[in-house]
Amino acid sequence: MSVNAIGEYRATPRDLQANFNGMQMLYVHWEKHLIFCSPFAFLVAPAMTFAAFVEQLLSDAIKAHPDSARVDFNEAVWTLNGERFVPDYAASLEANGIDHKSMLRLNTPGLNGVQGSCS
Amino acid sequence: MTMQKKKLGLKDKYRYLTRDMAWEPSYQKKADIFPHEDFEGIKITDWDKWEDPFRLTMDAYWKYQAEKEKKLYAIFDAFAQNNGHQNISDARYVNALKLFLTGVSPLEYGAFQGYSRAGRQFSGAGARVACQMQAIDELRHVQTQIHAMSHYNKHFNGLHDFAHMHDRVWFLSVPKSFFDDARSAGPFEFLTAISFSFEYVLTNLLFVPFMSGAAYNGDMATVTFGFSAQSDEARHMTLGLEVIKFMLEQHEDNVPIIQRWIDKWFWRGYRLLSLVGMMMDYMLPNKVMSWAEAWEVYYEQNGGALFKDLERYGIRPPKYQEQANIGKQHITHQIWATFYQYSHATNFHTWIPSEDEQQWLAEKYPDTFDKYYRPRFDHWQEQHANGQRFYNSILPQLCQVCQVPALFTEPDDPTQLSHRQIVHEGERYHFCSDGCCDIFQNEPEKYIQAWLPVHQIYQGNCGGGDVQTVVEKYYHLKNGQDNLEYVGSPEYLRWLAWKKLATPQAPAGTGDRRDAA
Amino acid sequence: MKQLAFIVFQDNDNARYLVDAITEDNPRAEVQYQPAMIRIQAEKRLEIRRETVEEKIGREWDVQEMLIDVISIGGNVTEDDDSFVLEWKN
Repeated sequence: MSVNAIGEYRATPRDLQANFNGMQMLYVHWEKHLIFCSPFAFLVAPAMTFAAFVEQLLSDAIKAHPDSARVDFNEAVWTLNGERFVPDYAASLEANGIDHKSMLRLNTPGLNGVQGSCS
Repeated sequence: MTMQKKKLGLKDKYRYLTRDMAWEPSYQKKADIFPHEDFEGIKITDWDKWEDPFRLTMDAYWKYQAEKEKKLYAIFDAFAQNNGHQNISDARYVNALKLFLTGVSPLEYGAFQGYSRAGRQFSGAGARVACQMQAIDELRHVQTQIHAMSHYNKHFNGLHDFAHMHDRVWFLSVPKSFFDDARSAGPFEFLTAISFSFEYVLTNLLFVPFMSGAAYNGDMATVTFGFSAQSDEARHMTLGLEVIKFMLEQHEDNVPIIQRWIDKWFWRGYRLLSLVGMMMDYMLPNKVMSWAEAWEVYYEQNGGALFKDLERYGIRPPKYQEQANIGKQHITHQIWATFYQYSHATNFHTWIPSEDEQQWLAEKYPDTFDKYYRPRFDHWQEQHANGQRFYNSILPQLCQVCQVPALFTEPDDPTQLSHRQIVHEGERYHFCSDGCCDIFQNEPEKYIQAWLPVHQIYQGNCGGGDVQTVVEKYYHLKNGQDNLEYVGSPEYLRWLAWKKLATPQAPAGTGDRRDAA
Repeated sequence: MKQLAFIVFQDNDNARYLVDAITEDNPRAEVQYQPAMIRIQAEKRLEIRRETVEEKIGREWDVQEMLIDVISIGGNVTEDDDSFVLEWKN
């Protein structure tokens, strides 16, 4: 369906990648750790490696959680935009198929949040 | 024997005001005078069927409104003269008013603009008069609210520059975008959105239990403006119901259009009111009723009666009402946890509820609070005591439609975040729920333009790249004064001094760089 | 499911007489007192009659005067010079 309007109605998306000055948006949700209330919104360089993203940005974002010290990224199960995803840590985000406004979900088996409450 | 001529009855007076003061245009086409009446697809065959059950005429309107204002301002004066702000239950309470002034009062002004415009667009005189009165009411509401809260602004932080904040602060894009969505719709959708879905179905939740709560917390000024505004609301609600019935009775083709609007605006209103739910459950030190109880009385019971009444027109209850009924056990805890962790970017303070308050929450939410939410608060309390008051340093993902961070959980699993994602014309979009995703898919062109605060910050449009710069330069908030944790804040210390209470041992966390003290 | 018609007033002096009148005219009505407000509800139908209010308040009373003290209502409204009715019709 489309907008019912008094005349012709055209619009441009406000959040095109071109508006982010060479960067892109990447969202990450760590499942069963709802102390972080919603997915993180990161501003990232498409050329950044997946390893650098995890080490520099993601690890820092989750460090306040007591489970963070026990995360083993080798065992982590990822989904990218709803599909099972096995990251190539040495490759760039772009080469990993992580495009603008992509959503990653991180599942860390065995870690179920504060007191096992998924918090 | 002479009989005094009986004065005009209500029906006659109203007829003179509406029908007899309108006229048929002779030298211009009606369609040119009211150009927005048709494009939404709503078919009106006879505007004379429009009924305003209150049949209020202008002279009676002015008389009653003047009386309300006199009563209201007498109370404001008494409140100010008696330092009423010192008689509230606890200074934490004022944080709810900060949210009200920046989040709700500007919507009253938006409603004034919306009804002025909608009223201009109807060729029926009854509808024009109703919109005109409501526009004036809404203007009165924003004015009285600003007056009431100007007293608090002298003594508390975060109430300055509320209109500026409404346009800029991240979470205020939730109420702002709600109203912008309604005001940019056609006049019939506007009435369905605001008069029916919001005023009739949902505002009781904002103005009745919350304002009763204001009274219970010693805030005479707020309960008075709240109930004074709500006395107009009774008329607005009636209008909302009459509008819907009128449109439904005019033509059967109107039914599916209106059903879609009801589905949309119920869900948008429900998301917006999650902020009010948080105010009731977490920000009123003395509590009247829980959000879940209020939802049961004012939505499930009253909305149930209403939608049963509308069945005869082929209208069913809003599409996702079951999800909202489940959500009543969860959303306030989830929203408070969100504001707690992003308190460095708000004009109000947050805190961990006291042990007594958590006990109350556990009693009111026996199936959810202890199981899912208390562990969160316990953990944060412990971190705070260790000097690590938790703030989330990464900005949140926002829903493209309601603009609330994607913080809600799946209706059937409170441990799973509810997240929906679609690709539209090559761009990815993210939503908090099926309800918001549906709204987008019905009118994608509208929502692809959403001004999402998080993306705007990252695009460099909000004065700087880091949160503190955005907060100070773009939001006009004073870091360490208007925002952050309540305990240890300047406001907290001032309250203790007023009440001549000793400063308790400050939690260890107050030494943290992000802490307020 | 129950269909409650309801009306809520500010808890003030005027409202006392209104509540007296309403409970007299609507014997099945239930009155609830909450901070600063009074809620009256009844299955399907609730009526305010001018005559009864005038008797309680001891002066002439215009039905529209209730607009000053009312906070909220539930039900379809029918108003004329002698009464104010809230009703669910289905």
